[in-house]
Amino acid sequence: MEIKADRERCVGAGMCVLTAPEVFDQSEDDGRVVLLTEHPEPDQVDTVQQAVELCPAQALLLAGKHRAADG
Amino acid sequence: MSVASSPAQRSAEADRLPTNRPAGCPFDPPPELSRFRAEEPVRRLTYPDGHRGWLVSNHELSRTVLADTRFSSRMELRRTAVPRPGLTPLLGRPAAPGMFIAMDPPEHTRYRRLLTGQFTVRRMRLLEPRIEQIAEQHLDAMVQAGPPADLVAAYALPIPSLVICELLGVPYADRDVFQRDTATLLRLDATAEQVRAASESVGAFMADLVRHKRAEPADDLLSGLIATGELTDEELAGVSFLLLVAGHETTANMLALGAFALINHRDQGHADQLAALCGDPTAAEHAVEELLRYLTIIQFGTTRTALVDIHLGDQLIRAGETLTLALPSANRDPDKFADPDTLDLTRSAQGHLAFGHGVHQCLGQQLARIEMRIGYRALFRRFPELRLAVPAEEVPLRHDMNIYGVHRLPVTW
Repeated sequence: MEIKADRERCVGAGMCVLTAPEVFDQSEDDGRVVLLTEHPEPDQVDTVQQAVELCPAQALLLAGKHRAADG
Repeated sequence: MSVASSPAQRSAEADRLPTNRPAGCPFDPPPELSRFRAEEPVRRLTYPDGHRGWLVSNHELSRTVLADTRFSSRMELRRTAVPRPGLTPLLGRPAAPGMFIAMDPPEHTRYRRLLTGQFTVRRMRLLEPRIEQIAEQHLDAMVQAGPPADLVAAYALPIPSLVICELLGVPYADRDVFQRDTATLLRLDATAEQVRAASESVGAFMADLVRHKRAEPADDLLSGLIATGELTDEELAGVSFLLLVAGHETTANMLALGAFALINHRDQGHADQLAALCGDPTAAEHAVEELLRYLTIIQFGTTRTALVDIHLGDQLIRAGETLTLALPSANRDPDKFADPDTLDLTRSAQGHLAFGHGVHQCLGQQLARIEMRIGYRALFRRFPELRLAVPAEEVPLRHDMNIYGVHRLPVTW
């Protein structure tokens, strides 16, 4: 699973940092999203998914969320 | 009137925004909105200027509109859903410099990017000790003066006012000026002349402050903004004014109305939920989100105007038509929140629209969350038996203001 963050879309609301602080941070300069990891651990998937949904600017994308049939 | 109204006029009259809350239910939105949300979540709305636009009352479609910048926030296209005579001269004109709440990208983006670094989750958390100190000092003063007290004047208004003043670099000693002018600007029945006078007064106050900070920079947000060299003095005054108003009125009303709701909730058999709020910081975070959802003090919602023809739900919105998003109704949508008319401090109210959504989502929301968490906890830890000093029906409600809440909250302990 991989997270992509579009810093051009980001409006620095901080919802991702509030929701999944182990995965997202904000730049000290302009408050825009900084990824602490592009590949969250399996136990972080739920909160990352919440952060993606809560992002007011649709700046986050979670790719490869659905694993193969073995999942 | 001897002239009979035509069916079209009658239907236009029936399509005004409902604003009457049910009697004895100060926390509930007008009941008509529940029916609209269930039967016709995108329905016609007649605006005070005669415009035939739309009212959006469910969660999903309100969120859709807020997320889509083809629904414009520009001041030139703005309308008010409730009569506000004082705003008439301002509508239909470009936003004043710095008023980026009423601009679209890319103008909006330019201002917002200069500010978002100042309002990050981390920076706001650094303010926690100071906010706790301010809250405790005001509680000490209440104890010293003895009961009863007006919680608005003694606690709910001073905390966020002091915090935003310190953050921006506005002298708190001058609060009478900006609190009075702000109150005028938010009053629905303010006349054009009153709004003009209040805008000029607060504009002059801000212009003075910018000049002063230019001459004597300090460790505050306004001095920092000046140092970027990106904004003119006029823009700086506009931005500061916007942050000052947004930073104290909203949180002040959430603190006071929230305290009213919490007293009520405790006395209706939920003392355990209030105890959890006081004890457990995570429970307090949930409680804050739930109060934001349940109370949604942006009581008449927010508006957008379509820049192009767009389908929304079953309707075709034409370019130029204005939509009002009934946020209090969206936040009581049973398709989003189970048992939505029940205040439940233990639920996850995640996804509520009290701070809006989209590129304009509240810049200061992380500060507001902290102020509320600290504010409610400190209050009910100090006064677990806090109660109203008047019958509940005598609490003066802010039906007459753009932001809902209570004018005063007489309390005793």
